Amino acid sequence: MRGLWEYIAAHHSQLMFDSYQHVSAVVQSVLIATIVGVAVGVLTYRNSLASNLATATSSVILTVPAFALLGLLIPLFGLGVVPSVAALVLYSLLPIIRNTIVGLNAVDPALTDAARGLGMGRLATLSRVELRLVWPSILSAMRISTQMSMGVLAIAAYVKGPGLGNIIFAGLARVGSPTAIPMALTGTLLIVILALLLDGILVLIGRLTTSKGIR
Amino acid sequence: MTEQLESQPSSGAQIVLDHVSKVYPGAKQPAVDDTSLDIPAGEIVIFVGPSGCGKTTMMRMINRLSEPTSGRILIGDKDALSIKPTELRRSIGYAIQQAGLFPHMTIRQNVGLVPGLLRWDRKKIADRVDELLDLVGLEPGQYADRYPRQLSGGQQQRVGVARALAADPPVLLMDEPFGAVDPITRSTLQDELLRLQSDLRKTIVFVTHDFGEAVKLGDRIAVLGQQSKVLQYDTPQAILANPADDTVAGFVGSGASLRQLSLVRVKDVDLRPHPAVHRTDSLESVRNVLAGSEYDWVVVVDDRDRPVNWVRESRLRHSQTLADALEPLDVVSTQSTLEDALEAILAEQHASAVVSGPGSKYAGVVTLDTLIDTITRLRSEAEAPDGDES
Repeated sequence: MRGLWEYIAAHHSQLMFDSYQHVSAVVQSVLIATIVGVAVGVLTYRNSLASNLATATSSVILTVPAFALLGLLIPLFGLGVVPSVAALVLYSLLPIIRNTIVGLNAVDPALTDAARGLGMGRLATLSRVELRLVWPSILSAMRISTQMSMGVLAIAAYVKGPGLGNIIFAGLARVGSPTAIPMALTGTLLIVILALLLDGILVLIGRLTTSKGIR
Repeated sequence: MTEQLESQPSSGAQIVLDHVSKVYPGAKQPAVDDTSLDIPAGEIVIFVGPSGCGKTTMMRMINRLSEPTSGRILIGDKDALSIKPTELRRSIGYAIQQAGLFPHMTIRQNVGLVPGLLRWDRKKIADRVDELLDLVGLEPGQYADRYPRQLSGGQQQRVGVARALAADPPVLLMDEPFGAVDPITRSTLQDELLRLQSDLRKTIVFVTHDFGEAVKLGDRIAVLGQQSKVLQYDTPQAILANPADDTVAGFVGSGASLRQLSLVRVKDVDLRPHPAVHRTDSLESVRNVLAGSEYDWVVVVDDRDRPVNWVRESRLRHSQTLADALEPLDVVSTQSTLEDALEAILAEQHASAVVSGPGSKYAGVVTLDTLIDTITRLRSEAEAPDGDES
């Protein structure tokens, strides 16, 4: 236990930097995945073939082991930040696409009919009615994706990705030395704590951005 | 179209359906088959028929929610098919079953939606929303900032009507708007629609499968058969008195003569005076009123002259104060029909329907004698028609 504290005290600024990079990469990946996922959902939800295809593709991606996916991305993106973020985006897509499609299909047809009947165009109906109603389920998909990405990013140290994975890998690489356990443990604990923190922030965002009428 | 709306804010436009057909892709039978109908300005026209007869499709063609396969639709003197659908729909009010309010928007946002689409300025929209909520009987201060789920079904339906009226459209389409509320609320909403219409004079196309509702609300009823074939298109009186064929007669159903009671409004018969006392009157003066009249009960009004209770002589005898002897009272309005009045007469132990007039003030009572006189008069009029209708 003393080793752990000493390690944290000594590497305070390095840990801060890695934590920042870790969170930053996850947040950016989930944002990109949300934009792409919602767009795919919106474009496919009215066609059952297209929406099944989109969901099936993204669930196949999710079954590829993280280690393998990162390896497969090296030829495309090289090493470093880009393949790591690409992997996170790909993993985050499934929950977001699926929740968007399921949510949009669950919107009461009477409401879209009312929107049309009042003279709203396709885009206005989508942006002012449908997506507003689906927003809570998109947000819950973002929470799942965020939690998942926090863990997956640790493995991205394997392709020289950013974040806390580096100290975990470094620690595991020197098993036997006195700093090995503190390094791996610190990295892991920080990931867990930061994941909970991010989740809390997303819940708060949900509170602030979801209409009281549908909460 | 918009300019025309503003110069004549409160009058309806004529709608002409000219040999309209609708074939859904992949369907063998057309949903609407070569139907023509002339809907006069400022009237309530009811499309009534069995489910699946295409009446909703026919209504939805007027605002192009359903595009006709062939035929012409004129609104005012404009060809509806030449106007951009979103623009056309903003100039036509649209109210549907279960109101279809957007749950994530406040009542204010829901009602102000079409004016917003028409880019009215904020202040004008806010004023209009207040005015409309008042019009449908919802206090703006209390309801404007609530969400739909915080309202009862009947209140939601009122908001739905307010939303449809928001941009003061000349034409209103209503698709079974009162289909999902309980019968009492339904009847109240129907009364209110009639009250609104007597001020607004919109052209209203109203779809229902309930013939009773059609009789109550319609200036004219179009009884539709399969593929929206017009079986009969006439006033409720004419359809009740003289159904065009067996199908219409079957749809009108039995009890047509009872239904005729539902065509006469309380305001069109002579109300009988009945003694009334004030809620704060002393027991003594109430006893005196009773003693001086031929009745054994009196109406009790509140400080704004609205009938709120009744009290019977027998009960008064054992009471210390007037308040102890009060019994609750159901009132009918002058807009209610004699059918409603009959209902009230049968339900109340004092065998009368107490009527509230303008401002909900006490106006008199309707008794069984009133109804019998009216039925007798209707029968003699039907036997010797003068052909002289208002």
